[in-house]
Amino acid sequence: MGFDNFTFVLQQRQFWVAVRNTLSIFLVSAVPQLIFAIVIAAVLDNNLRNKTFWRMSVLVPFVVMPVAVALIFGSMFGERYGLVNRTLAHVGIAPILWHTDPFASHVAIATMVNFRWTGYNALILLAGMQAIPRDLYESAAIDGAGRINRFFRITIPQLRPTLIFVIITATIGGLQIFDEPRLYDQNGLGGENQQWMTMTIYLYKLGWTQLNFGRAASVAWLLFVVIVAIGLVNLAITRRIASNEGPAN
Amino acid sequence: MTVLISGIRRRQAEARIAQRPGLLVYGLLSAILVASLFPFYWSFLIGSGNGGTLSDTSMSWWPGGNFLHNAAAVINNESVNFWKALTNSIIVSTVVSASVVFFSTLAGFAFAKGRFSGQKGMLLFVIGTMCVPTQLSVVPLFIAMSTFGWTGTLGAVIIPGLVTAFGVFWMTQYIAQALPDELVEAGRIDGASMFRTFWHIALPAARPAAAMLGLFTFIMTWTNFFWPFIVLNQSNPTLPVSLATLQANYFVDYSIVLAGVLLATVPLLVLFVFAGKQLVEGIMHGAVKG
Repeated sequence: MGFDNFTFVLQQRQFWVAVRNTLSIFLVSAVPQLIFAIVIAAVLDNNLRNKTFWRMSVLVPFVVMPVAVALIFGSMFGERYGLVNRTLAHVGIAPILWHTDPFASHVAIATMVNFRWTGYNALILLAGMQAIPRDLYESAAIDGAGRINRFFRITIPQLRPTLIFVIITATIGGLQIFDEPRLYDQNGLGGENQQWMTMTIYLYKLGWTQLNFGRAASVAWLLFVVIVAIGLVNLAITRRIASNEGPAN
Repeated sequence: MTVLISGIRRRQAEARIAQRPGLLVYGLLSAILVASLFPFYWSFLIGSGNGGTLSDTSMSWWPGGNFLHNAAAVINNESVNFWKALTNSIIVSTVVSASVVFFSTLAGFAFAKGRFSGQKGMLLFVIGTMCVPTQLSVVPLFIAMSTFGWTGTLGAVIIPGLVTAFGVFWMTQYIAQALPDELVEAGRIDGASMFRTFWHIALPAARPAAAMLGLFTFIMTWTNFFWPFIVLNQSNPTLPVSLATLQANYFVDYSIVLAGVLLATVPLLVLFVFAGKQLVEGIMHGAVKG
């Protein structure tokens, strides 16, 4: 008694596949999302005309429900007739098996996540950028630092607290992913060979198709452990990156 | 002399930073705008075609004329239950956001301005629960809902969402800095009860943050899928739940699925047109403080 459910779950091949998929989708979405968000924030951090309009334009995707995003992008990532593969064919690239191939399916799902969240995170980073004292840039400009130099030497290190906030929230949300993979095909169980079955889909499957709540709850605890572990790794990485690029420390 | 030169240099540097951006920046922004809006256009393009549009290799980039026809197919589909889902989504999102605002402001007022034992510890506990994933509460919550006989009813979605840790944290932060202690004390000295002080002094002072919290909660509740999907069923769904049904029904006919997607998305798009500016400000404001 006691830990039977955990032992059972940890011995399942499907559980480890789910861990792999969850981490893979998370990495494939979080890394480009963060880079794009920083770039978008930097572009928005100009002395723009119609500021509010441009800021709103990056936030539109946020009001679309993930379920809807999944259905829209699902229709673009068809293997035979999808918009993406047809466009690739125009430039001479062979069709990508967006559903059959595990990694390709992760890319497709990550695209859905990024559509909805990149602009949102860009606005948070923009707020962080605007809080950076302008005289830091001025003195750097006087010393002859160019735009790119100022960005890497001042913006990124000064943005550290905001970056940590964005990364932590993206980690907590990203590892729980359910809606997009659930609607990526009609069965919703993560593909015939569990290509895109995430931990939360596995939890759902144990709890609500096999009606074993004990096992489902142990997957929930293991997911929590994964979230905490990845959160700590992220924190360590962010610390290092931000302080290495700092001007004087 | 050096002072003068550095003054000139400084002004040049300032000018370089403050100058209006060029075409490149606006070009990038336009590209981002197109990327944000393209999926909507794509949905309309497919949603206004017919069952064969998606697989038509010579597909036109001009919308077809079948949107109303496809939308009617969504609305008239009995298992999708569109009107019921729309009504339910409106009820759930409105009740949940009103309640989150009320209780979070109440708790925020107590945490920010009250003096009671265990105050710090309790606030920390509330904030701590924000790090716990939804998944961890889903199994026990579902068993509780089954025991109460609430599964399949809106209560199962509304009641667990009546107050959120994020809301309490958000309002505590805001009230702590926006409401002067003197004002609360003045109210108390004038003989107002704690609740009257809350209602007439704290609530008006907290309005900007409360509006933001309400807007945010409304969007989060409207778009939420995981829990409603578990605890509700097709005969009494919210919009995301019925969109999932729509996909299971019409897996070949994307023109109907995407017409349904647009129907379900329009309400929040309309809200965004009116409240998008506040939403942007709220996200940016919360970020600086958070």
